[in-house]
Amino acid sequence: MPRLIELVNIVKDFSQNRVLDNINLYINQNEFLTLLGPSGCGKTTTLRIIGGFEQPTGGDLLFNGESILHTPPHKRQLNTVFQRYALFPNMNVAENIAFGLKIKKVDRTSIKEKVQDMLKLVNLVGFENRSVTSLSGGQQQRVAIARALVCKPEVLLLDEPLGALDLKLRKEMQVELKNMQQQLGITFVYVTHDQEEALTMSDTIAVMNEGRILQIGTPEDIYNEPKSAFVANFIGESNIIPGTMLEDRRVSFAGTVFECVDKGFEEDEPVDIVVRPEDVRITSKDAGALVGEVKHVTFKGVHYEMRINTGGFTWKVQSTVQSPAGSIVGITVAPDLIHVMQKSAPVREVNAL
Amino acid sequence: MRRLFTYPYIVWLAIFVIAPLLLVFFYAFSGTDADGYTYFTFQNINKFFEGIIEGQPFFQRIYVRVATRSLRMALQTTVICFLLGYPLAHILASKGFRDKPILLFLFIMPMWMNFLVRTYGWMTILERNGIMNNLLRRMNLPTIDILFTDSAVLLGMVYNFLPFMVLPIYTALTKMDKRIIEAAQDLGASPRSVFLRVVFPLSMPGVVSGITMVFMPAAATFIIPNLLGGGQFFLLGNLVEQQFLLVGNWHFGSAVAVVMIVLMLVSTFILSRFDRQTEASEGGMRL
Repeated sequence: MPRLIELVNIVKDFSQNRVLDNINLYINQNEFLTLLGPSGCGKTTTLRIIGGFEQPTGGDLLFNGESILHTPPHKRQLNTVFQRYALFPNMNVAENIAFGLKIKKVDRTSIKEKVQDMLKLVNLVGFENRSVTSLSGGQQQRVAIARALVCKPEVLLLDEPLGALDLKLRKEMQVELKNMQQQLGITFVYVTHDQEEALTMSDTIAVMNEGRILQIGTPEDIYNEPKSAFVANFIGESNIIPGTMLEDRRVSFAGTVFECVDKGFEEDEPVDIVVRPEDVRITSKDAGALVGEVKHVTFKGVHYEMRINTGGFTWKVQSTVQSPAGSIVGITVAPDLIHVMQKSAPVREVNAL
Repeated sequence: MRRLFTYPYIVWLAIFVIAPLLLVFFYAFSGTDADGYTYFTFQNINKFFEGIIEGQPFFQRIYVRVATRSLRMALQTTVICFLLGYPLAHILASKGFRDKPILLFLFIMPMWMNFLVRTYGWMTILERNGIMNNLLRRMNLPTIDILFTDSAVLLGMVYNFLPFMVLPIYTALTKMDKRIIEAAQDLGASPRSVFLRVVFPLSMPGVVSGITMVFMPAAATFIIPNLLGGGQFFLLGNLVEQQFLLVGNWHFGSAVAVVMIVLMLVSTFILSRFDRQTEASEGGMRL
């Protein structure tokens, strides 16, 4: 797949505050790439640099192999769906959607046609003459998407487009957006802080924190093989326990030695152990590698979530079978479900020096 | 409890707004006969429209001419203020200046000086041997003699009322959501079409209130034509002043005031229609 957009060593400072630190990223044609991270991690700034609304302090931005760093936004081959939509309040729905076409001096009849097509695509037929401020959040959202898509951009940038919608509508729109992307064959660059949204929709996820990209990969990679405790914790729920790598395939944590599949660490290197709550198996008291008391049980619908205290560490465990609170159980984790992470360098403190 | 708090305002309104208004209407529609008795009449209003010399065409009648001159000058002032004020507001609201409130401050500061002082200032500048002509003479340029002319009155009005045009437009522009402008750029609009299609239409409420705030006082002013026009450029405001203070005909003075009130109401109505139109396309049908 050809690389459509490439960010090379992008750095961005806002009044001496480094918000993007050496971002390297490429986006393939027809890819659905998500920038995922907590608020303030620099994901929106990255998107705004691609859109041309911010100039990076350093680095380069390539589009089809050519630098577009000095191309103003209105000349870039991409369109944006803004956070909170940014619809033109002085125009109705049809005028909003037609805006880009009018600028391109498309003739009236084909504007009408294309606007109708778009209204059909986003399920808003009959809303042509409605004022945009009279629409609900979801409808405004779809107008914003139609307005961007009608220009047939090669790339669509979406900045937390579903952030203001309620859960049910958000889920529906996730599916709709993904379908549109596949139907139209447009490259999507999507910004969100919602890990579930990212996992559901993306081909590729770039997890960001504090102005850096921590990990790039498919949703499965990111979920199953997080490279750092931060990623593990941000994507899904995790038990993160400090431990020591004794030797290849042998790690000690929670006072017990476990077998694992990781290797290549130094002897006795301090590490972080990540175990997904659904990967912890509850056994009888004698069969477990660890023994603990069930402190707390919550019914979550599909499964029960239990807190099990093994002395010094409280495990978050998910299981379809309930162990009643107060019971003493054993727990164990299969070797390939133990993820050993290098202790992440405390980034903030290093910068402060 | 809440109603209790409104009473002071109601009293205030009654004493300072409603009572004077009623008095103006009372005087406008009444006359005093030789015995000192007051009677109801339309003659003051009629006098305004008929003038003094009989049989003249409508627009040559003296008071009608005063009214049209007033409106014309107010309109000219408004147009010039708009043409000067919009770009100025736009510059002040632009990225480079927005975080430098000192410029806006410098612009507003003259407004703190007394209106009369500023207008007298213009007199000394524009005088035949004033500051401006002295400068021109030193540069061997021909002198300009505009004090006590239409132009001087216009200049004074534009100078005094310009801030009232700039501020509402400035506010409308700074309030505007930056993302909307970015969205327009994103959809391919050049800076020119961003302005024409998005920024200007969205600043219309500011423009409309700017126009109102300049046009109304400009149509009613009497001090500026008095000072800079030398009293020769008689506007509606001067007529009212003259009738009350010099002639002592409160009835006719009030009649002129009533005509002005009606003119203002009509122009406010037209402007508000215009405003509502832009708002309607902005806010749509709010059912």
